[in-house]
Amino acid sequence: MTEHCIIIGCSHAAAQLVSSLRQEGWEGKISLIGDEPNLPYHRPPLSKAFFVGEKTEDELLIRAADFYEKNKVDLLLGSRVTVIDRDAKKITLEDGAEISYTKLALTTGARVRKIPFTGSELAGMFYMRDLNDVKQTHKFTGPRKSAVIIGGGYIGLETAASLRKIGMKVTVIEAMSRVLQRVTAPEVSAFYTRVHTEEGVDIRTEAGVDAIVGEKHVEGVRLADGSTVAADLVIIGVGVIPNIELAEAAGLTIDNGIAVNEFATTNDPDIVAAGDCTNHYNPIYDRKLRLESVQNATDQAKIAAKSICGKPEAYNALPWFWSDQYDLKLQIAGLSQGFDEVIIRGDSEQGRSFAAFYFSEGRFIAVDAINRPKEFMMSKRALTAGQTADPLKLADESIEIKDAFN
Amino acid sequence: MPLIIYKSHDGSTQEVHAEAGTSIMQVAVDNGIDGILGECGGCCSCATCHCYVDPAWAAKAGEPDSTEKDMLDCVLESQETSRLSCQIIITDEMDGMVIAMPESQY
Repeated sequence: MTEHCIIIGCSHAAAQLVSSLRQEGWEGKISLIGDEPNLPYHRPPLSKAFFVGEKTEDELLIRAADFYEKNKVDLLLGSRVTVIDRDAKKITLEDGAEISYTKLALTTGARVRKIPFTGSELAGMFYMRDLNDVKQTHKFTGPRKSAVIIGGGYIGLETAASLRKIGMKVTVIEAMSRVLQRVTAPEVSAFYTRVHTEEGVDIRTEAGVDAIVGEKHVEGVRLADGSTVAADLVIIGVGVIPNIELAEAAGLTIDNGIAVNEFATTNDPDIVAAGDCTNHYNPIYDRKLRLESVQNATDQAKIAAKSICGKPEAYNALPWFWSDQYDLKLQIAGLSQGFDEVIIRGDSEQGRSFAAFYFSEGRFIAVDAINRPKEFMMSKRALTAGQTADPLKLADESIEIKDAFN
Repeated sequence: MPLIIYKSHDGSTQEVHAEAGTSIMQVAVDNGIDGILGECGGCCSCATCHCYVDPAWAAKAGEPDSTEKDMLDCVLESQETSRLSCQIIITDEMDGMVIAMPESQY
């Protein structure tokens, strides 16, 4: 039987997997199946450059269309897989068609967490995940119109910055006591609150949402305190959940994501998984992680391709992230969860450039670097190499950042 | 269409006819060239597209801006003509340009 690798999910991980499979010498067939009509595209610009019209749909593609042609990839776009039959080694599509595989890759990603607010069905209410979601919002955006964003995480804040750029009035509603509470130190939250306020965004923390109100389309958001904020557009960004249902129904092990080993392989040796949908062990942090990031999608897909091609290599990558808002370039290296000490280099209370270094029991674990590419790059190198850092040197700007690690 | 020559750390080369107006990184990614990842999609955030512009071509590639300079200051295996390939936009004058990739990106 001809070797056939089927990839389910048209994602960042899928785009890398195709390339890595061919680079590693996979000569068999490759099929890429995705439920969206698009080739794999960059999602981060959806809330940024694409949202404000600085990038076109074509420019979002991770790899140009002829890449898939040259690499002989059968594309089944706008197509949904309904069943994985592991015994017969075949998948079934929505239309009943069955396709056999010898290797299967799950790159199904994550979907937005939805909250059933009263009024959720009104026109003008959106979640931000897919290209199609963002294209629809354009009917409701425009100078002097109002937007309410529910959720003060990265997606919410990036969207707020983009909406301000096109001249909209923006209110951010956050249930917790500060924005970015789940992912950063209080100093970083305070910084982002200050900058967004300077840029004209109204940030409301410890604010609950009661309902989305309007006749046919959204007109406002009623808060738990009874007040209503007017809105032509409501965007909800309150996190994502991994797409595990297909894997689960096929009897694969699920543990807050599709469980994979260090070789990106599931409990079925012929099925790999990569990206936001997986849960894997990270040796740098000595714990299991489910990451929502481009870095993990790309790096884990490379590992998955090696496993498929019979050249297993253990996954050992440092997580990193970025977020662009206004003139702020935030670069994050490592994971700050569980920190017990934060060292600030620069001034977080004035200006727009500083870095927050996170420590846990004396060990350097992560950095949030805002307009500080050197601090980011050196931290990424140090964390990857298992080096720690001297807190006193980090805090002292007269000492070169390169000399703060050991 | 200008011809760009990508040179791997082991000396092997791949030649690609590229569309002017796209970046050296995007052309590499579109052609499955190993050694240039471009994780951030070209927003100068990750430095996974670090390359060396052949010295004969360095002037044509232009000068890095301050963010790119700071990133390049801290990459592994930095050299005189190091650039982030997402920041080099291809022009017709670059026909024949040689781009090498650092070993650490393999």
